[in-house]
Amino acid sequence: MSAEYDISETLDVKGASCPMPVVKTKQAIDGIEAGGVLEVLATDSGSMSDIDGWASGTDGVALLDQEEGEDVYKHYVRKTE
Amino acid sequence: MSTDTPDASADDAPSRVELAARVDELEDALAEATTEDDTKKMSIIATKGTLDMAYPPLILASTAAAFGYEVTVFHTFWGLDILHEERSKDLKLSSVGNPNMPVPNAIAALPGMDRVTTRMMERRIEDNDTATIEELIETSLDMGVEFQACQMTIDLMDYDEGDFYDGVTTGVGAATALQDMADADIQLLV
Repeated sequence: MSAEYDISETLDVKGASCPMPVVKTKQAIDGIEAGGVLEVLATDSGSMSDIDGWASGTDGVALLDQEEGEDVYKHYVRKTE
Repeated sequence: MSTDTPDASADDAPSRVELAARVDELEDALAEATTEDDTKKMSIIATKGTLDMAYPPLILASTAAAFGYEVTVFHTFWGLDILHEERSKDLKLSSVGNPNMPVPNAIAALPGMDRVTTRMMERRIEDNDTATIEELIETSLDMGVEFQACQMTIDLMDYDEGDFYDGVTTGVGAATALQDMADADIQLLV
């Protein structure tokens, strides 16, 4: 689980729907140091595909992992530069 | 036919030094053109001002900004209402002409029905925690999206420059929009 990463910050976007999980993830990533890992907690099922797509289309970030919990989707994004 | 024609053209021909200078010049221009800026750009023209049609340009604009795109949204005709601080909070939805809505057209055309369908949609937006139009505009502005309000339609609709959200660019026309579209990787008319 999350234990493998040193999480710099957790962003809670539970309840928010498209496009907010991606938009808020971007804003939170901008606020952390390079090398840091952002944990995103979302309830929007579309966030699995959207955050994956955003991370692969955006420079300076890498999606480390996504977990589908009981009612929460967890995403781990590293700021690479 | 003069025999000195070949000689004359030989005199006009650029020297080796001139050619070398020209090659350098072109190489520089090529390097500049290829490295110029790799920031992707998106240009959206927003022409509709109903509650449902206000969403797509704003959702795409804020998402593209999250991808690091430089985004401009040019609002014209009813699309201006999305940027109008007061009117944007009161955008309407009509079932007339929309067979996907649960209200038959004959009933949808009755006075007051637009208010009913708008209220219905607003309730859904609230229940689903969908962002409001105002939230999407504020977020997009925060992320550097440039919202432009078409000057010709501002005058046509008798709006005032002060009616729009802070940060909205006014005093722009079709030429500005066209230039943005020409420079953009993605161009959309909504």
